[in-house]
Amino acid sequence: MSASGGRARRVAPYLVGLPGGLWLAIFFVVPLLVMFSLSLQSGNVEAGFRFTWEWSNYARAWELYSTQFLRSGTYAVIVTALCLLLAYPMAYWIAFYGGARKSTYLFLVLLPFFVSFVIRTASWKFILNDQGFVLGPLKEAGLLPQDFHLLATTTAVIGGLTYNYLPFMVLPLYVALERVDPSLVEAAHDLFAGRAEAFRRVVFPLSLPGVFAGVLITFVPVASDFVNSGILGGTQTTMIGNVIQTVYLNSNNYPLASAMSFLLMAALLVGIFAYARVLGTEQVMEVAQR
Amino acid sequence: MTRNRPLDPAWLRGMTMPRISRRDALRGAGLLGASAFLAACGVEGTSGGDDEAPQASGFWASQTKAGRLDFANWPLYMDQEKQGGKTVYPSLQEFTKETGIKVNYKEVIEDNDSFLGKINPSLQAGQATGWDLIVITNGGPLEKLIRQNFLIELDHSKLPTFAKNAAPSAKNPTYDPGNKFSLPWQSGLVGLAYNPKLTKREITSWQDLKDPAFKGKITMFGDDTDFPTSVMIMLGIDPAKSTEEDWKRAAEEAEKLRPQLREFVDNSGMVDAMSSGNAWISQAYSGDVYQLNNSGSPDIKFVIPKEGATYWTDNMAIPKGAKHPLDAITYMDYVYRPEVAAMLTEYIAYITPVPAAKELLQADAAKAEGEDKAYLDDLVTNPLVFPTEADLANTKRYRTLTVEEEQVWDGIFQPIVQS
Repeated sequence: MSASGGRARRVAPYLVGLPGGLWLAIFFVVPLLVMFSLSLQSGNVEAGFRFTWEWSNYARAWELYSTQFLRSGTYAVIVTALCLLLAYPMAYWIAFYGGARKSTYLFLVLLPFFVSFVIRTASWKFILNDQGFVLGPLKEAGLLPQDFHLLATTTAVIGGLTYNYLPFMVLPLYVALERVDPSLVEAAHDLFAGRAEAFRRVVFPLSLPGVFAGVLITFVPVASDFVNSGILGGTQTTMIGNVIQTVYLNSNNYPLASAMSFLLMAALLVGIFAYARVLGTEQVMEVAQR
Repeated sequence: MTRNRPLDPAWLRGMTMPRISRRDALRGAGLLGASAFLAACGVEGTSGGDDEAPQASGFWASQTKAGRLDFANWPLYMDQEKQGGKTVYPSLQEFTKETGIKVNYKEVIEDNDSFLGKINPSLQAGQATGWDLIVITNGGPLEKLIRQNFLIELDHSKLPTFAKNAAPSAKNPTYDPGNKFSLPWQSGLVGLAYNPKLTKREITSWQDLKDPAFKGKITMFGDDTDFPTSVMIMLGIDPAKSTEEDWKRAAEEAEKLRPQLREFVDNSGMVDAMSSGNAWISQAYSGDVYQLNNSGSPDIKFVIPKEGATYWTDNMAIPKGAKHPLDAITYMDYVYRPEVAAMLTEYIAYITPVPAAKELLQADAAKAEGEDKAYLDDLVTNPLVFPTEADLANTKRYRTLTVEEEQVWDGIFQPIVQS
């Protein structure tokens, strides 16, 4: 009895993890392997594709679309930085000055998620229309030249991305900041630290895990986003997500599209590892303990 | 015929028919392939071509009239009116009255690719698609159906009205020599739409797109067929006969043109950009501009640039496995009667393959009064609906690509429209 009870205790944690593990194995690992196999195939959609170790798909993907790869990376860096700049004060304010209404403010941050992503982005198109209610009057007043436009520019795409991914940055930052014990800040003041110094040496280091999580959770989806560029972009703003979608669904060139997906994934993984080494969770903890 | 239109059908059709995506075929095949991924390392092709038996020579002789026709078409692509709260199709009613063939008419084709995606599994498996007659665009989708041996060869001895009344441009098209598998349903042009109030001058040539004054005010179609095809026309290359060298030249030119452009759009994006004034000039389908003119943007003009325009055609075809092919071919011949073609044109306002329809509509216009007369007068004189011979002489066809050529083409042009 007692022996089998012990075994059950040892097995139980694995059983608990089983459903999620199976889910990931079936719906994540298998497609990934299939896609990897696909990225090394050659052929065409009518005759079919055969596995031929076609590494040239990767070379071709880079040769044809390096601009879009690099552009996506650049956009992701800019957007993540903008999100961090905008979200930090917001999360800080909610965490320390939100008082009893904290959950209301958080709800307001999340509110846009109740509207479809595409609709939200499309409504930007309406707001920023060349003759719309923002630009129209400014042009009438002579403050902007008649041919000025925001839509179909890099600015519009980066603006749209920042807007759409801001909550992803706010939430982890808020969680980290909310956990900072105000008495630590008081203690810093007692030790003659000014407000700036207390923030620099106490609050900010303690919020670093939130920064780390927020940056990851924002950077990765931004780099592969295709909605913002598709709706708000022009002829010089296409991101790699748009290309993958088109090559897969329009050209039916599955190997090339898969190769591009893997290149993107590889680049993101390398970036994340590098980032984690510089500002890894363990180091974050060390900083926090200082 | 009464014209009872609570919602401008032309406009609605413009909004519901994303012509752009109709161009590239077999997009849905991607999803088909997905199931095959798991089966093996390779992905099965969609072509049934090799192992499929050729059509038996006695095929048509063994067919009998079934009294039923399952017809898949695009929304608002058929004359219709309200009778007791129900939508009816007068030209189909006439057909049923005359032949006894009941038509199960469904507007199920929203774009070529999703429709082909739906029927492709059946075609591949050699089963019936459930349709006897479908309407599919040339320039990719139709050619692929032909190439994959998914259509029933037509028996032209059963198509005397077509032989008698079809326009020269409807006969023996490059994409289906000898109309072996298809007959045109309606056609349209890809040219330039522009708003003279904004451009402040006339647009007459594709070269006008290079004018620095229009920088950032031009939209072009973002599928990788229409923009390259128009650029070739601008360069004086006949797209239908173009070679890989020509494509590279066109790509260079397109790349030079790109900084001038604001955005790559689909046809509803074009309607949007032109009606809002975000674009001053846009690549456009003739019918869409006619619809724009009738729905609040009367200023916008459509021009066939002096270098030429692309002429596309939606085609009727009988998919393999059709249960009632004889009924289908009977209908295909029926729509080539001038009076039927006139009924269709009056409602849908695209280019009819039956020139004689024009005289009938002119006669109708002479008899009509008031609003009806104004509408009909405009219709018969409108060059977008009845282009002149000179207009038509200045049009080119899409390049018909083999699947191998298509990969080369995509490699050259996709990076430009996806830039």
